[in-house]
Amino acid sequence: MSGGVKLEIESVSKQFATAGCTVDALRDVSLQVAEGEFLILVGLSGCGKSTLLNIVAGLDQADSGRVKISGRPVSGPGRDRAMVFQDGALFPWLTAAQNVEFALRQRGLGAGQCRLRAREYLDLVHLGDFADAHVHQLSGGMRQRVAIARALALEPEVLLMDEPFSALDAQTREELYVELQRIWLEAKATILFVTHNTREAVTLGDRVVLLRRPNGRPSVQGEFPITILRPREIDDTDVAEMAKRIAIAMRDGRDLAELERDHEDPPKTRRLLRGDNPGLGRSIGG
Amino acid sequence: MPGPAHVAESLWGLLADGSLLASVAVSMRRVCEGYAVSVLVGVPLGILIARSKALEDTVGSLVAGLQALPSICWLPLALLWFGLNDTAILFVVVMGSLVSVTISVQDGVHNLSPGYVRAARTMGVRGLALVHHVLLPASLPSVLTGIKLGWAYAWRALMAGELLFVSVGLGHLLMTGRELGDMAQVLAVMVVIAAIGIFTDRVVFGNLESYVRDRYGLGRA
Ligand SMILES: Nc1ncnc2c1ncn2[C@@H]1O[C@H](COP(=O)(O)OP(=O)(O)O)[C@@H](O)[C@H]1O
Ligand SMILES: [Mg+2]
Repeated sequence: MSGGVKLEIESVSKQFATAGCTVDALRDVSLQVAEGEFLILVGLSGCGKSTLLNIVAGLDQADSGRVKISGRPVSGPGRDRAMVFQDGALFPWLTAAQNVEFALRQRGLGAGQCRLRAREYLDLVHLGDFADAHVHQLSGGMRQRVAIARALALEPEVLLMDEPFSALDAQTREELYVELQRIWLEAKATILFVTHNTREAVTLGDRVVLLRRPNGRPSVQGEFPITILRPREIDDTDVAEMAKRIAIAMRDGRDLAELERDHEDPPKTRRLLRGDNPGLGRSIGG
Repeated sequence: MPGPAHVAESLWGLLADGSLLASVAVSMRRVCEGYAVSVLVGVPLGILIARSKALEDTVGSLVAGLQALPSICWLPLALLWFGLNDTAILFVVVMGSLVSVTISVQDGVHNLSPGYVRAARTMGVRGLALVHHVLLPASLPSVLTGIKLGWAYAWRALMAGELLFVSVGLGHLLMTGRELGDMAQVLAVMVVIAAIGIFTDRVVFGNLESYVRDRYGLGRA
């Protein structure tokens, strides 16, 4: 499934300044995504996944490091990197087909061509029958399908997806796991997909990269190649097992981070609740 | 106090001698002209202010300050500038509605969820195309609220202006009724003024709003 390197992230770091103090959002992230690869970034909420995706998309700027797409350094957003957002961000004043046509027009296609191709992309996500539906007439799962069609219509070099299924119910999500694997194969897409769900990560990815809150260390905690046969489903035992390994690593990463934070600010309530430090309890009470 | 029959009779009389239609025509022309200027200037201005910090700090605060001024306060200035003519009235109407159009459009664009613009930017949409194809349609529901409000202000400003400023028009017809001591005529003209207000608010803007709400899938407010 792998060709040359499509996307290169070279020691990207990013801090946010909030109310006087600076937060380390990303530290020294280096990643390569091969052509046709389905790469997953997984990590707990707040570990910088969206920040990294926004930097790749060009919506945000890194403090240091750079992003290259097919060898070209990126500056600012461009349609070589399409993004599927958590809420789809479809335009509600347009129909499903018109949303896809909107993307096609950005490629400079004529009106007739746009209509034709939009239909093809909607067929690809199995929504051909809903071409003329307004956005609010579509279910959450259908909207994400349209959002995927719209993104693919840009014929991007990399498809970026930021927790695109996290607002959906479990059943719809499971359908879309199967669908996205099919679409990825059919469209020969290169995908960088962000999630906090380890099972989702293992179900979808060729490779899973585990991120953690930096706290002075590099953001990337580890990397897990996934060799389980496709198509995978979320309740396959192999998937569950692998997901558990990643989840344990994720928890360890968090515990380490917490230990470091404990150094400055011990979580007194938790120790009190466990009752394993009565001395501390008294000192607080007094 | 004249009864409804009396008022209806007076209304018929005003219709029959043509003075009512002539007044309505003049007032409608004035309000439409002033309103068109307000919308054509106010909508782009509101968008610009919402998208530029520098404009917000300067023009934005000026506009917000002007909001405190009832439109009829512009009349003396308008009379000095333009003399006793239609341009003075037009000026008052524009000042009355421009500010409210600008402010509601600015608010609408400001409170737009950033998702649409971000999505458009990742598709490579920038500059004027972003305004035209994304910002404007995305803020259409609030722009509509803004221009509806602007219409109400324009109508009010015009009536105030016509009352104080002698020339043809509905407000003037109202004053004529007073000068003649004809309360039935005064009430008849008031009914017409209210009817025009209700018609535009409910029928014209009401339908436009419900069309947009349906299309965008917004709940009925
Ligand atoms: N615009 C912002 N301003 C300030 N802090 C931010 C901003 N965006 C993200 N952060 C902080 O950066 C860290 C990473 O955020 P994010 O990338 O959204 O994490 P994730 O997507 O993994 O949940 C968090 O601590 C978050 O509070
Ligand atoms: Mg996120």
